[in-house]
Amino acid sequence: MSEPLLKVRDLRKYFPIDSPIPFKKSNQSVKAVDGVSFDVMPGETLGVVGESGCGKSTMARLVNQLISPSSGTVEFRGENLIGMDAKKLRETRKSIQMVFQDPYASLDPRKTVGELIAEPLVIHRIGDKASQKKRVLELLEIVGLSHYHAKRYPYEFSGGQRQRINIARALVLNPDIIICDEPVSALDVSVQAQVINLLKELQREYNLTYIFISHDLNVVRYMCDRIAVMYLGKIVEMGTYKEIYENPKHPYTKALLSAIPKESPHDNKERIILKDAIPNPIHPPTGCHFHERCPFMMDICSTKIPQLLDTGNGHIASCHLLKEH
Amino acid sequence: MSNELLKVENLEVQFKSGSTVTKAVNGVSFTLNRKENIGIVGESGSGKSVTATSLLRLIPTPPGNISGGKILFEGKDLLTLSDKEMRDIRGNDISMIFQDPLTSLNPVFSVGDQIMESIKLHQKVSKKEAKQKAIQMLQLVGIPAPEKRLNMYPHEFSGGMRQRVMIAIALSCNPKLLIADEPTTALDVTVQAQILELMKKLQDEFNTSIIMITHDLGVVWEICHKVLVMYAGNVIEYGTVEEIHDQPMHPYTWGLLDSQITESVEDHEMLTTIPGSPPDLRQEIKGCPFAPRCSYARDICFSKAPEMVEVKEKHFVACHFQTKETRLNRKERSTHVRAVVKS
Repeated sequence: MSEPLLKVRDLRKYFPIDSPIPFKKSNQSVKAVDGVSFDVMPGETLGVVGESGCGKSTMARLVNQLISPSSGTVEFRGENLIGMDAKKLRETRKSIQMVFQDPYASLDPRKTVGELIAEPLVIHRIGDKASQKKRVLELLEIVGLSHYHAKRYPYEFSGGQRQRINIARALVLNPDIIICDEPVSALDVSVQAQVINLLKELQREYNLTYIFISHDLNVVRYMCDRIAVMYLGKIVEMGTYKEIYENPKHPYTKALLSAIPKESPHDNKERIILKDAIPNPIHPPTGCHFHERCPFMMDICSTKIPQLLDTGNGHIASCHLLKEH
Repeated sequence: MSNELLKVENLEVQFKSGSTVTKAVNGVSFTLNRKENIGIVGESGSGKSVTATSLLRLIPTPPGNISGGKILFEGKDLLTLSDKEMRDIRGNDISMIFQDPLTSLNPVFSVGDQIMESIKLHQKVSKKEAKQKAIQMLQLVGIPAPEKRLNMYPHEFSGGMRQRVMIAIALSCNPKLLIADEPTTALDVTVQAQILELMKKLQDEFNTSIIMITHDLGVVWEICHKVLVMYAGNVIEYGTVEEIHDQPMHPYTWGLLDSQITESVEDHEMLTTIPGSPPDLRQEIKGCPFAPRCSYARDICFSKAPEMVEVKEKHFVACHFQTKETRLNRKERSTHVRAVVKS
């Protein structure tokens, strides 16, 4: 087996909370990401799912070093990004690009599309004006836009087209890995399908690796090779998409899957309706963070934090109901 | 009492801006019976929200203007009512839930005040009784400790809780019709499942009809009896959910159904998409609005607008061609489309 492209070990990010008393330091914090470890192999797509507030996006930003973690390591091609000197980090970051959720907010309205796509080249001082222009036109074609679009401004484009521009921006430096943070959530279904097809084509063509964050479980199932399910800053289950969808182990994953809307009016789905919403991350429940909402709660769940167990087939889950394989 | 609650006939809504007129809704007709739910689906800009807001005459006028048609609610045409009569209907007989529960609740009033507002306005009750009713509503929508929650403000609630408050406000006067404009789009799937479950439960209790506006067909299958498919301000297909799901007739509906990612889509098969983008509604559309994106379009589609035809009992479609392809299933359909495109 080849070496993983990205190795994340015990990554944590605690955001401190301001004390209600001015000038007094508070020792409370939100554990947005709390000990996450995973590998990403070259050419694969790792999906990250979970409810809002579970730490998916924070994790993405940590991997890319847009925010620095409280502890843990992120190794890209064997080199730890954390604590790397700024110059080297900048160089390495060329290979790790990101596509954000909101195509309306992520493009500077005062720049033309050509300037937007060329921006990474300008920042990293790659090539001269002519070669940059050539590269921009090349990318417009790759993402399914036309050459004349380079002179236009973002407001002239629809949501789907803007997301294509964002993808072009991410691709311009020939990255190895693209982190997609809910890239299609803001789009209509038919446009969503176009963007997903584009992402899949690009992956095949350029052997890209994706970390694909989404709350739409159908999209994740279609896009991803492996899936990590997050709950309150922790990965509670991870495995191949087949294992997760056909043989979910964690009660939370089961509930998430059962909440997917019906496929047809004839469906009669058994639903596990979860109580309440995700608990307050400042005071997470003791023991297993999920126990208050879990339909299979046992005594041990409220006192002991379950560890991730290997249940075979590269499938791991953290639940007291499970036994080591 | 007739079974028909709402009848919309040929509704037309326009927006004027300078010399350009945008025809946002262009002749929408449908009927809704008591205790029945109808879903309105379509892409952004297809006119679904405008249709829904015009039912309550909430379209900002100017620039908006309901330029034609009738909205018969229990036999009364809402478009002929005075502003005062309309106020008696809003929130009382017909109420509405919006997409974003944070922007639609007032941040400076407590949740209790906001629920009591419509109760006090529409029912002759004392302040004490209104408070009792508000507590009862909060309990009904599944908010724990309602007496305490009554005095809390919207920012202290999570997204799902806020949407529950919205539902409590909307149902506090036992409306006959509830218009829900993308009520679960901003929510997580788990919370969406909770809210849909709640809406179904409350519907049984209050005998309310629901108009559900959404772009998620899964939500429609979940809760609706009938579906209205809209495109560029027109209804292009209309029928029961079973009919629309099993035997969609309009090429746009096929596109919409096929571009959904469901469990039956296999791993490495490409998703079916609808090429192109919706037309500019500021320009006069000649012929079928979908023709430029339709792989079956012939000459007639570009010159003559198709009329709504009842192809089967309670299944209407606006397309010049209702051919045998309509009976193909999803897979056969996509191979067929590919063959047509190639030829």
